[in-house]
Amino acid sequence: MKDGRYGEFGGQYSPETLMYALSELETAYREAVKDPTFDAEYRRLLREYAGRPSLLYLAERVSADLNTTVYLKREDLNHTGAHKINNVLGQILLAVRMGKKRVIAETGAGQHGVATATAAALFGLSCDVFMGIEDTRRQSLNVYRMELLGAQVHPVTDGTGTLKDATSEAMREWSRRVEDTFYVIGSVVGPHPYPEIVRDFQRVIGDEIRAEMLRLHGRLPDALFACVGGGSNAMGTFFPFLNDKGVRLIGAEAGGEGIDTDRHAASLTKGTTGVFHGMKSIFLQDEEGQIAPVYSISAGLDYPGIGPEHAHLFRTGRAEYYPVTDEEAVCAFEYLSRTEGIIPAIESAHALALFRRMKDQFSPDQQVVVTLSGRGDKDVEAIGEYRGRFQKEEYHD
Amino acid sequence: MTKNRIDTRFAELRAKGRKAFIPFITAGDPDIGTSYKIAKELIRNGADLIEFGVPYSDPSADGPVIMRADQRALTAGTRLKDVFALSSSISSEFPDIPVVLLLYFNSVFVYGIERFFADCESAGISGVILPDLPLEEKEEAEPQALSHGVYLISMVTPVSEERTARILGQAKGFLYCVASLGVTGERSDFATDFTAYFDRLNALSDIPKCIGFGVSSPEQKASLQPFCDGVIVGSAIVRRIEEGIKEGLNSDRLAEKLGAYVRTFTEVTR
Repeated sequence: MKDGRYGEFGGQYSPETLMYALSELETAYREAVKDPTFDAEYRRLLREYAGRPSLLYLAERVSADLNTTVYLKREDLNHTGAHKINNVLGQILLAVRMGKKRVIAETGAGQHGVATATAAALFGLSCDVFMGIEDTRRQSLNVYRMELLGAQVHPVTDGTGTLKDATSEAMREWSRRVEDTFYVIGSVVGPHPYPEIVRDFQRVIGDEIRAEMLRLHGRLPDALFACVGGGSNAMGTFFPFLNDKGVRLIGAEAGGEGIDTDRHAASLTKGTTGVFHGMKSIFLQDEEGQIAPVYSISAGLDYPGIGPEHAHLFRTGRAEYYPVTDEEAVCAFEYLSRTEGIIPAIESAHALALFRRMKDQFSPDQQVVVTLSGRGDKDVEAIGEYRGRFQKEEYHD
Repeated sequence: MTKNRIDTRFAELRAKGRKAFIPFITAGDPDIGTSYKIAKELIRNGADLIEFGVPYSDPSADGPVIMRADQRALTAGTRLKDVFALSSSISSEFPDIPVVLLLYFNSVFVYGIERFFADCESAGISGVILPDLPLEEKEEAEPQALSHGVYLISMVTPVSEERTARILGQAKGFLYCVASLGVTGERSDFATDFTAYFDRLNALSDIPKCIGFGVSSPEQKASLQPFCDGVIVGSAIVRRIEEGIKEGLNSDRLAEKLGAYVRTFTEVTR
């Protein structure tokens, strides 16, 4: 396969201003991965700073309740509370290696922004984060966290004021300051080599699942579940298993208020092939390629596209993707909180909700792993609001 | 195949020792009928080529002025068929003036690459600028473009580095030389060393070279054109359209205002 292509997807559809920077990044990355000191430093940070390996936890009460065997991959226990730190530590090391003094990032739920601000603080780099105005409202706690960490947060008012607009603005900023700035992309999206770099830094999730399942059971799991927005935690979970045909790879995308409404972000279920944010992939768009305004209760999944490798896995049938509604995700959020004492991120709750819906496809002697990409503290206020509004509407009925 | 108007135009300009003035407007801002009137005024007041931006929902290489213009055009319901109709009217009324479109590749890809360039040919469009289709991905669209007599206009930037020679080696029509880093939008001054930049470009190719991105005044145009074959002005013009809309001008008055504005550019020494 051509570099940077996943079947027909991927590529490098970037303005000329960024093309030299992308080739510099690719060169630096190829050199770094060959350098044992780079890998050793990355592994050390994962272990000593991020707190890896993350636990693989047998959720006994959920398993008993659903009559299955389900493990949770606890990315929520990482430093900064989500899987995002895995990728950020790798990219920040790359930025330092390239001599960059300033990093920028886009963020949806704020988890990637917080992780970037954290690593920038650790390495003494200046950090600017672009965040949709709507997301600064629904994730205000994370805005303050980023500011505490010394980052400057720039609310983006264009479009729907969400992740897509934050990504566009981060790309604009990168093209203004391409010579001194490293763009830390938060998901397996964007022009080559980003989808590959982010996947490689996230594959630690799947590598650990694989090693731990082999240790516990002497065999691979039967299915892996993960949520997909851009798709980084899912890609990290799935990637080490791509050649193990017996392992079902199942992604949960944001069904919002339902895929028969126009209020969802189910890119694979309802999208078509297009080119946006530097990549060929599958997007929610109209028949002339205008990107659709999308919606999800989850700021992290509220994106009109998906990483190109997921588009390829979807088209080839290697992975399956299904939409999960806001309501199903909120129910799973509450369910896991009550059943296991774990409050998951609303993004991760989509993966658990999908597993609950599909549980009858798995017998108790089969092993399923659900990746909990992050913790839910950031969502408590918004879910409370959602429930409040929900009850009020019912009352008026 | 008939000669591309871009080649003819630059050959004429060079023969006369003149520099091209290339105004940009977003097609459909504030509506397609007004764009037609504005385009005619731009040409009557000295435009040598005309560039129409196709409005896009998420123009990630554009600054706020053109982003707002795109939104106005989309709100007015502008679709590709309207842009083709506008181009067709202008190219047939002004047989010497090349019409060039600037749009994001997704608009071409989703419409259908072959269908898009066939419609460009029918509309008399001479060139297409795709800011997010770099050299590495160009093969996806260039054969179809050329088979319909349409040039894909290449862009080069001050940070293209060793890519520069490869870009110039295959460029057709004219070269779009990005004046500075960043997105579209006016700049009060440039950090770029234009002498070094154009010495490098001129050593590589004789293709006509036009400077764009950030040119905001007749004085800037005058100081830049000794380096190149033409100057592209976008955001400064689009901002005047926005001002005219805010002033409540009707389409004729708006077109007149823009005609008078570009005259300040075309009147400076060519």
